[in-house]
Amino acid sequence: MRTLLTAVFVALLGTTAAAAQQPDSSRADSLRRARQPRNLDSLAAVIRSLEARIDSLAAGQPQAPPARTSGAYMNIGFDGLADFGWSSEADVAALQRGDHDPHVRGFTVPNAELSLDGAVDPYFKGFANLVYKIDPSGETGVELEEVYFLTTQLLGNLQLRGGQFFSEFGRQNPQHPHAWSFVDQPLVLNRMFGPEGLRSQGARVSWLVPTKWYTEAMVGVFNSAGGTTSSFRSEESAEIHGGIPVPRAVGGVGDLLFVPRLASSIDLTSTQTLLFGASAAFGPNNSGPDSKTQIYGADLYWKWKSPRAAAGFPFVSWQTEALFRRYDAAQRVSADNPTVTLPAEQLRDRGVYSQLLWGIKPRIVAGLRGDYVSGSAAAFDAELRADRYRLSPNLTWYPTEFSKLRLQYNYDNRKGVGTDHSLWVQFEFILGAHAAHKF
Amino acid sequence: MHTFGIVKLAAATLFALSGVSAPVAKQLNVVATTPDLAALAREIGGDAVAVTALAKPTEDPHFVDPKPSHLVTLNRADVLIEGGAELELGWLPPLLDNARNQKIAAGAPGRIVASQGIRMLEVPATFDRSKGDVHSLGNPHFVLDPLDAKIIAGGIADHLAQVDPANAAAFRANLKRFNATVDQKLAEWQKLLEPYRGTKIVTYHKDFVYFAARFNLEIVEELEPKPGIAPSPAHLAKVISTMQATKARVILVQPYQNRKTAETVARQTGATVLDMPQQPGAVPNTSTYFSVMDNLVRSLAGALEAKP
Repeated sequence: MRTLLTAVFVALLGTTAAAAQQPDSSRADSLRRARQPRNLDSLAAVIRSLEARIDSLAAGQPQAPPARTSGAYMNIGFDGLADFGWSSEADVAALQRGDHDPHVRGFTVPNAELSLDGAVDPYFKGFANLVYKIDPSGETGVELEEVYFLTTQLLGNLQLRGGQFFSEFGRQNPQHPHAWSFVDQPLVLNRMFGPEGLRSQGARVSWLVPTKWYTEAMVGVFNSAGGTTSSFRSEESAEIHGGIPVPRAVGGVGDLLFVPRLASSIDLTSTQTLLFGASAAFGPNNSGPDSKTQIYGADLYWKWKSPRAAAGFPFVSWQTEALFRRYDAAQRVSADNPTVTLPAEQLRDRGVYSQLLWGIKPRIVAGLRGDYVSGSAAAFDAELRADRYRLSPNLTWYPTEFSKLRLQYNYDNRKGVGTDHSLWVQFEFILGAHAAHKF
Repeated sequence: MHTFGIVKLAAATLFALSGVSAPVAKQLNVVATTPDLAALAREIGGDAVAVTALAKPTEDPHFVDPKPSHLVTLNRADVLIEGGAELELGWLPPLLDNARNQKIAAGAPGRIVASQGIRMLEVPATFDRSKGDVHSLGNPHFVLDPLDAKIIAGGIADHLAQVDPANAAAFRANLKRFNATVDQKLAEWQKLLEPYRGTKIVTYHKDFVYFAARFNLEIVEELEPKPGIAPSPAHLAKVISTMQATKARVILVQPYQNRKTAETVARQTGATVLDMPQQPGAVPNTSTYFSVMDNLVRSLAGALEAKP
């Protein structure tokens, strides 16, 4: 065995020497000279390691050659999310309207997500998220939640994104459920963007403004139809305006959905960062042939993290988003009763959520979130626009960054319905590619 | 011509508004993920470079917040030095996706991966996270081996010379000086620790593996039962009995690690908890690679001498 290893060792040496002698540049010579002492040391190290290997072979412990994950062409990740809990409201789905919220008393599997990403070539990166979810009747639903490319070489600090993806409206809308700090979707995001958030097929251009501090300007252009464009041409819009949705063909650019955003950030101190942004969404709605919706939002995120952070703890963060929607409803035929015509009117909704997180010690986070939403009076009394507030304390334990266990209580008050109490436990695991988070 | 004038005016206005000063004969903008790599870049780059580190010297380099200001820093970088071996996997990739900077793209001369060329230790044969946060490419805490620092410095010099050929000779000269200093200091450090050859020590995380190998120390336990997993009472009991059996006398901790846990173990074993900050700037008078190593070697030798 020793002879064999020595032969391998000599062969390796020969290879190294041959490589060093390749006359590819004059630099090679000077490099070789510079590396001479290092070579002696590394040779000594190699000898030591070979000796160690011989010992381990003698002890009958075969060593497999190390496999390598890095260098694979695609990162593959899988995220499993499961909820368990109870609510004083038997019709849990009426209370927890988010697509990734717990849906029933008992168990819910609201999100099992396969995520793929990688460099397509030197010019593009590609991303895909395929979501599986089990509905209250036990049926598995599949959706192509996101699939998009991102440019890597555009000049002028520009970046283009295209495909199907979450619009970058505010802070939480583009986040996937595993990055959320609470079990459920904030009420205001549900009200403005629907159970699955605002996402559609489109393109987005972003410009990193060349300022000393971070400023990014973005404009997204999307199709305005489909179930994930809730305030626009979604088929489910009758829940907002109460009329029979008017089929609208895309006549011009104005029939698309536009989502501009401006975000900025400053480091207040070396341990505190503030990130703030303003977003809007403009597009047609289907209450009439040329009615429009406008949504405006402001968001704020502040975070303090200890200069001696271990695993990212301790920290304190505060996140708040406020949104306002002006929904111009046209004169429309009631969906409930075709003999009734609802008048043209402006539906105004507003809402806010604010959440405070305290990373007490490594892997333990305590959170408190307040939600409030309100809608103006209208001819159609939409359950979806009723006033509501909710208070949610929670506690999360992250055994590692690949798993979490969360306990959350919701004190929930719906105007005209009353108060409900819910208690949810959430468990999540991540397999495969490391879950890198954005700030 | 008229249109061109307007474009020029607009560009100038934008430039003025943006608060960016006109470029002068400028230094290379070198960004390092961690302060130790930044210190090596300063050794090789000298006056020709301005170096910024993203991670703080006192924080856990595995868990750095990808702050928007880091995005701006990376957007302006001429050179990026990362540790590699998945050290920054949890925070660097999303920053790089948005940095929009071809100079530091993977494979570009401006992108330096420190782990390349290092003979990595503890490369796992299989990938299994039930064994903790084991990096698939091996243990990434290699900068504390002075011979590895020479390899990294050599890589930095090569890349800087490609990015800024005008200063190539200066980078080579700095490298030569750095290597000579390492050789001289390494002999000193080895002499200081030679009396303790084979001494058994305990660390909090697997972050002194390369250091221990270079200076012939034997790490008998980590307070973490598995990399990245918080110490459990059962594991600590095992650590205590191992320390008693092997007469390990010191526990090495870094600023962000739980010193209280180490102190508890130390109380029961009569050992000393030794602060061993690996990153330049974590404690005063350790701004360079050599001052960090001096501090580590002298602290350890002092503690081992005091506790025979």
